[in-house]
Amino acid sequence: MLRNKTFPAKGPRFVLRFNSFLQDCWNARLSYLLLAPFLIAFSCFILIPVFMSVLLSFTTFNGFEFPTFIGFDNFINLLTQDFVFMKYTLPNTFKFALITGLGGYFLSFVFAWLIHQLPRSLKDYFTLAFYAPSMAGGVALSVIWIATFSGDQVGYLNNILLKYGLIESPQLWLQDPKYLMIVMIIVTLWTSMGVGFLAMLGGLQTVNTELYEAGRIDGIKSALQEVYYITIPSMKPQMLFSAVMTIVGTLKAGAISTQLTGLAITPSYSGHLMTNHIDDYAFIRYEWGYASALSVALLIFSYLVMRFCYRLFATKEGE
Amino acid sequence: MPWLSQNMISRLKRISISQSLLVICFTGLAIFMLLPIIFLFNNAFKPLNELFLFPPTIFVKEPTASNFEKLFLHANAAVIPFTRYLFNSIVIVGLSLIFVIIVSTLAGYVISKHRFPFKTFVMAMIMISLMFAPETVAIPRYLIVSNLGIMNTYFAHILPFIASPVAVFLMKQFIDQIPDSLLEAAKLDGAGDFYIFIRIIIPLTAPAVATVSIITFQVVYLDMEGSTLYTTNETMKTLAFYVSSLTANLQNSVAGQSLAAAAALLMFIPNLIMFLLFQRKMIQTMLHSGVK
Repeated sequence: MLRNKTFPAKGPRFVLRFNSFLQDCWNARLSYLLLAPFLIAFSCFILIPVFMSVLLSFTTFNGFEFPTFIGFDNFINLLTQDFVFMKYTLPNTFKFALITGLGGYFLSFVFAWLIHQLPRSLKDYFTLAFYAPSMAGGVALSVIWIATFSGDQVGYLNNILLKYGLIESPQLWLQDPKYLMIVMIIVTLWTSMGVGFLAMLGGLQTVNTELYEAGRIDGIKSALQEVYYITIPSMKPQMLFSAVMTIVGTLKAGAISTQLTGLAITPSYSGHLMTNHIDDYAFIRYEWGYASALSVALLIFSYLVMRFCYRLFATKEGE
Repeated sequence: MPWLSQNMISRLKRISISQSLLVICFTGLAIFMLLPIIFLFNNAFKPLNELFLFPPTIFVKEPTASNFEKLFLHANAAVIPFTRYLFNSIVIVGLSLIFVIIVSTLAGYVISKHRFPFKTFVMAMIMISLMFAPETVAIPRYLIVSNLGIMNTYFAHILPFIASPVAVFLMKQFIDQIPDSLLEAAKLDGAGDFYIFIRIIIPLTAPAVATVSIITFQVVYLDMEGSTLYTTNETMKTLAFYVSSLTANLQNSVAGQSLAAAAALLMFIPNLIMFLLFQRKMIQTMLHSGVK
């Protein structure tokens, strides 16, 4: 083994081990140098914020005075005292995440698969059509959908429904607690064909077409069986990447209610999601300790969901 | 028909009525997905009376550029001209793109092709942070930005985006498929790490660079966190923030409608152009995006 003068090859075994480890590190100095810009930015804006979030979650902090340590009180309050969280935020978030997360994921796969069946010349147009909404972004989106769901009779949806006599008077789609959640889900599903969708399209191209022939010989009859036994197992890695991207997208989606209604707190908390709850405590009430506890809970939850996805799509040895 | 492969022909032969029905439905669905975007284009060119037409129309009858004129004039009369926001956005997006590409290509190359202690640890951190939504830790980020003393500077907009786990991950996966033997051959010919990086890695990763650019562009260009949280100075805010301030509480403003329609189109167009330019490359990169 190569030995440098900087670290003498003497002493007991663990010292030798440690020296050889330092040696390895020193030999890899160029790698670290090239990696440094990323690692520095990574620690500053991702790693440290997450740790600070965890630390702050054990304190009460209003942004002006120094944080005071209160132990698990924030988490206990979260589970026992926070009426809004238990009654609105949690059910809303679950409902929203289940429908838009699972639904969006399922739709991405179905659309990607259908696009893959099309001739090459058409593929690009369809890809563009389905990807376009996620490009439009929040700002453009609010212009379109606010016009559609506008509460007066000029709104597109009201206009159509009135014309066919399905409703008697214009509905306040965005202000009525009954409808807001549905509108949010529709709009989010519309934008959910993002990077994950493209990953699935890529994944479909990696599937070995000979497998389909082999499958037919082995007795696969319908296209549905083909998808289940060949396509999905062959593109598991891309399915996993797409799942991870979907989780991120679902977590971020809280802003949509604010964009649609123009209010930080939606009418009678009907569209109140986890991110809205955090924003409420952080930037309206300035209870940053409690807000941090909320975001830690969200991080843990999303981590668990991700572990579950890994378990589901883990590629076995030899695949 | 040359674009039909053998496989496709055999598939087409098997097409039944139900399948062709499915294709038609699918086309309809694609049009539905595109409809709001078509609407966006038409809306921006509608004169004010058409914007409030009853019943509302999707297609514009008498296209006019007056909305854009109004947007520029209104903004020029304001304390901070529209062009200032545009300039800020261009600077921020441009610099972010350059930095993200350099930083993530370097990191992707090192993680993919070098061996060093803590490599698995670094990779694990990136995997976990792939699913990192910045919204969840907005408060500590705000504290860090303010403690770094970069509030109200371009850095406050740019730096938080530089650490992009998705970009590094895609780069790493893409560089993985560049054969080691190629790099070893270059090394035998006496090429250093930097030479290899610039002459071999950069040209070969062009599709991944394009993909990373699109993803970064979308995130940075549409981001409002930087403007709402890290800047108090109006002259340092971005176009996205300005447009959102125009579109906020749209229901109540009549004159605002025309401005908002034009501004929303302006926000959408650059994204669309980026994607149209690099669409094929993006899918090509995604072939290697799998998590194993």
